[in-house]
Amino acid sequence: MALDTFEYLIRLGDDRLVLGHRLSEWCGHAPILEEDIALANIALDLIGQANLLFTLAGDAEGAGRDADALAYLRDSLDFRNVLLVELPNGDFAVTIARQFFFSVFAMLQAEALMKSADKDLAGVAEKMHKESRYHVRHSGEWMLKLGDGTEESHTRLQDAVNELWRYTGELFVSDDVERRLVQQKVAVDSSAIEARWREQVNEVLGRAGIQPPEVKWMQRGGRAGQHTEHLSHMLAEMQILQRQHPGASW
Amino acid sequence: MVSRAAPPFSREALLAVLDTVMDPEVPVLSVVELGIVRDVSGGEESVTVTVTPTYSGCPAMRVIEQDIEAALRAHGVEQVDVKTSYSPAWTTDWISAEAREKLRAYGIAPPGAADHDAPVAIGRRRPAVRCPYCNSVQTKMQSEFGATACKAIHVCEQCRQPFEEFKAI
Repeated sequence: MALDTFEYLIRLGDDRLVLGHRLSEWCGHAPILEEDIALANIALDLIGQANLLFTLAGDAEGAGRDADALAYLRDSLDFRNVLLVELPNGDFAVTIARQFFFSVFAMLQAEALMKSADKDLAGVAEKMHKESRYHVRHSGEWMLKLGDGTEESHTRLQDAVNELWRYTGELFVSDDVERRLVQQKVAVDSSAIEARWREQVNEVLGRAGIQPPEVKWMQRGGRAGQHTEHLSHMLAEMQILQRQHPGASW
Repeated sequence: MVSRAAPPFSREALLAVLDTVMDPEVPVLSVVELGIVRDVSGGEESVTVTVTPTYSGCPAMRVIEQDIEAALRAHGVEQVDVKTSYSPAWTTDWISAEAREKLRAYGIAPPGAADHDAPVAIGRRRPAVRCPYCNSVQTKMQSEFGATACKAIHVCEQCRQPFEEFKAI
């Protein structure tokens, strides 16, 4: 039970930590100042959420690992995030499409987790839900602007959606760990989120004039620790300080 | 500061002490007025303060905890424990009318009513936020995200003043 809970909290935390770090890579590089600030703010929300989830995970594990140990001292094989969030930022359209796909999922997931039998997780979910609503609005507005913008922005967004679509299936894959926790009313059945996700995403794609891709094959592996090579490269940069100077503090 | 006859370590007196701890990002409001302080209990020897973060990633939370501890120690409390609770989640609806007026006077448009249940409106016009300087509603949102997680940036077309809005959450 405790180990299932640990595993589940790590999945939730890793999705947010990895995406938060990816977004932070835009800091100082975004197309306009307001957007630079927006992406950094969303990164901060996600990393803050990961911090809360890792703290709960460390408590569930009971091995004395705190949030920093879980974020900075695990290897890519131990990460349980979906592949979608570890993909490189690409151009701005890729970053926005990835953010929109994840944010809609995160919002629906957090909404359901607010009813979790794990009261600590339910409390954190309540915060995540409020924040994810802002993230959905931010990336959703950009989906419309890019899709319904210039020919260039439209093409780039369509390309981004085509490229990322095959990574969205993994968001809705359920497994034994999740099913056991669903029975105990701790976790959310990921597959039950899919229909509403499709409805909300397709509605925005339609308004943005973007064709939903007809991809049947879906990539997966992240939840089992099988990642793309991109994650290791990202972790090398993200973890170097704690790896080289263990226990370093500001 | 400590009101009339309240004993110095009563709940009322401790809350009055905490009401002098200002939010580092919004220095016109105390952590009590913002609703960050959820509970306080204890006495001279030890006090437990329960706080709730505004945003998960709010970098000011640690400073706030340190400020709370310092203020209570200066008041004579020996041991201070700051606990964090996440439920119920912080909402701008907890900011009182009086505190909203302080925000406005400081140049930050106060938050509207928070609505967490309505579907997220994407690409729909939202009601304009009233300019805290000239009271005009001829304003435009520049960015949903400002210098801190809790604020958005607007600009007033009447008085040409950019201003921040405390986002409803």
